[in-house]
Amino acid sequence: MGKVLMKGNEAMALAAIKGGCDAFFGYPITPQNELPEYLSKHMQANGRVFVQSESEVAAINMVYGAAGAGARVLTSSSSPGIALKQEGITYIAGAELPAVIINVMRGGPGLGGIQPSQGDYKQITRGGGNGDYYLYSLAPESLQEAVDLIKESFEIADYYRNPVMIAVDGLIGQMMEPVDFDHEVKKWDLKPKDWVADGDRKSHPKNIINSLYLDPTDLENHNLKLKKKYDDMKANHQRYEMINMENAEIAIVAFGSTSRIARTAIQLLKEQGVNCGILRPITIYPFPEKAFKELPKEVKDLVVVEMNTGQMIDDVKIATMGTHNIHFYGRVGGIVPEAEEIVDAVLKARGESNE
Amino acid sequence: MSNTKIVYEKSKALEDVHLSYCPGCTHGVIHKLVAESLVELDILDRAVGISSVGCSALNYDFFTCDMQQAAHGRAPAVATGIKRFKPDSIVFTYQGDGDLGSIGIAEAIHAAHRGENMTIVFVNNAIYGMTGGQMAPTTLIGQKTTTSPEGRTEAQAGLPLRIAELMATIPGATYIERVSVHDPKHVMKAKKALKKAFEIQKNKQGFSLIEFISTCPVNWGMTPKKAVDWAVDNMIPYFPLGVYKDKLAGENK
Ligand SMILES: Cc1ncc(C[n+]2csc(CCOP(=O)(O)OP(=O)(O)O)c2C)c(N)n1
Ligand code: SF4
Repeated sequence: MGKVLMKGNEAMALAAIKGGCDAFFGYPITPQNELPEYLSKHMQANGRVFVQSESEVAAINMVYGAAGAGARVLTSSSSPGIALKQEGITYIAGAELPAVIINVMRGGPGLGGIQPSQGDYKQITRGGGNGDYYLYSLAPESLQEAVDLIKESFEIADYYRNPVMIAVDGLIGQMMEPVDFDHEVKKWDLKPKDWVADGDRKSHPKNIINSLYLDPTDLENHNLKLKKKYDDMKANHQRYEMINMENAEIAIVAFGSTSRIARTAIQLLKEQGVNCGILRPITIYPFPEKAFKELPKEVKDLVVVEMNTGQMIDDVKIATMGTHNIHFYGRVGGIVPEAEEIVDAVLKARGESNE
Repeated sequence: MSNTKIVYEKSKALEDVHLSYCPGCTHGVIHKLVAESLVELDILDRAVGISSVGCSALNYDFFTCDMQQAAHGRAPAVATGIKRFKPDSIVFTYQGDGDLGSIGIAEAIHAAHRGENMTIVFVNNAIYGMTGGQMAPTTLIGQKTTTSPEGRTEAQAGLPLRIAELMATIPGATYIERVSVHDPKHVMKAKKALKKAFEIQKNKQGFSLIEFISTCPVNWGMTPKKAVDWAVDNMIPYFPLGVYKDKLAGENK
């Protein structure tokens, strides 16, 4: 179909349909409303399920039920709504169900604001709800990448039988960009869903969807089984991009919209004779620790740039284990950093380490 | 031997396991009624039950149909997810009065409000059984629980919530009835109500909820016999039995 000009939220909605999404459950919240609005029209028209639930809590529990019955399920929300969904997300992870969750992040805490933010980084990358679990979490920086990753996310969720989080911010949700919906995305090696509890006993024996293990030994075994998945994600499915890294003397670490602005910043830096790379995490869980091993030896300083107060710094520190000087520049409250501000932050970091 | 014939046997909708309920608890009777209804209506092989959080949390191991275990209060939302994706399945939730009447009241009301084609088995024992006998929204005035040690007062905790009456006010609901299982006559009546509810679902006629007056001898601090008497003397007067809503009255014979 070639490239189409679409608004971010609508493009992400269409990507879900292209990814084989059978059912959507959600509750309105800015800045992601165009996503369910689009689906309300196009899911039902295609014989698929769309329900506007009474709350985010209900929505994510509907996701649990439909996923447990074998559907490819999507829910979307923004930060305060994602916070409410944590109850269901931990049950989904615990019961080993596949589901895709889109978080179009806005500023917080509390009701916060409705402008772009990356303030849910810690919540997303640490599981978010109770217990030992993680979400495979993807942070696209453009609409095209968001579309491709959303299409693939249903495969990833089915493969791991684990929720996948698409972490974007209001900027991606609201921007317009030309997108190609027919990009081939990776097909994962999927087994038939022989575990579903959908009532269809003519086609399978009794199945139970459950996250309750009252016997400590059983729960320990279950926890260790889940850990294996997370270990596999870390070992085999970290994703990242190294930008302008060959001759870099310093590097920015940034994900999502922020890395896009950083792309402009490194052009400006080049004009000033400074060769700056970007290490861009695409998966924020698993964190791309491997990328840090690929940094050129000349790069001693890393400038973490985020739209929060520095939530990714810990992960960068863990990935580098004291081998680099870590600097930080962030804007919060829904304010998107300008490329010039990032340039200044890089120059300042460079100056500090040259002192 | 040739004259021997089976006149009663355990329902094939129930697994051959020990139920986890205390002696004399009427949860067991209600399970039997659910099981028999599924078999008699020939819907067992397309049923999905939703276990909730409460003493019945483990009943995914008791029924022989597919089961999903839901977070506290969220069973009607989980049921919605299943039913919307698999409209030909038969979906029921099994919920206590803490689960449905307190933490899950929104999910119950909105499932009814959307007219979801599902059946809720609602067990009102006027207490939180599983967690050791705390006050429920249905705990009676004067009733002693571990969190109303001097007896529930209106001033402190409000008046007990009447779920069947409340649910009957929801325009989207099709059938709401309150029943009891304190004696054989009422058990038969309760089964009739439950079968009607499942039949409505089978015919794709919408949302039904059957409220069961049930006992919790252990947390009420009574023998099973005394508990049954207490339910008759105290619960039924406040929670009168009967049909609270029948949208199909006149349509269904
Ligand atoms: C979110 C959450 N809050 C609290 C609990 C603890 N809890 C378990 S069962 C229960 C009450 C159940 O009471 P009821 O629904 O009346 O069922 P019963 O045990 O009486 O059959 C509570 C509060 C929980 N498991 N999850
Ligand atoms: S605690 Fe009460 S409701 Fe729970 S099984 Fe025992 S008697 Fe029944």
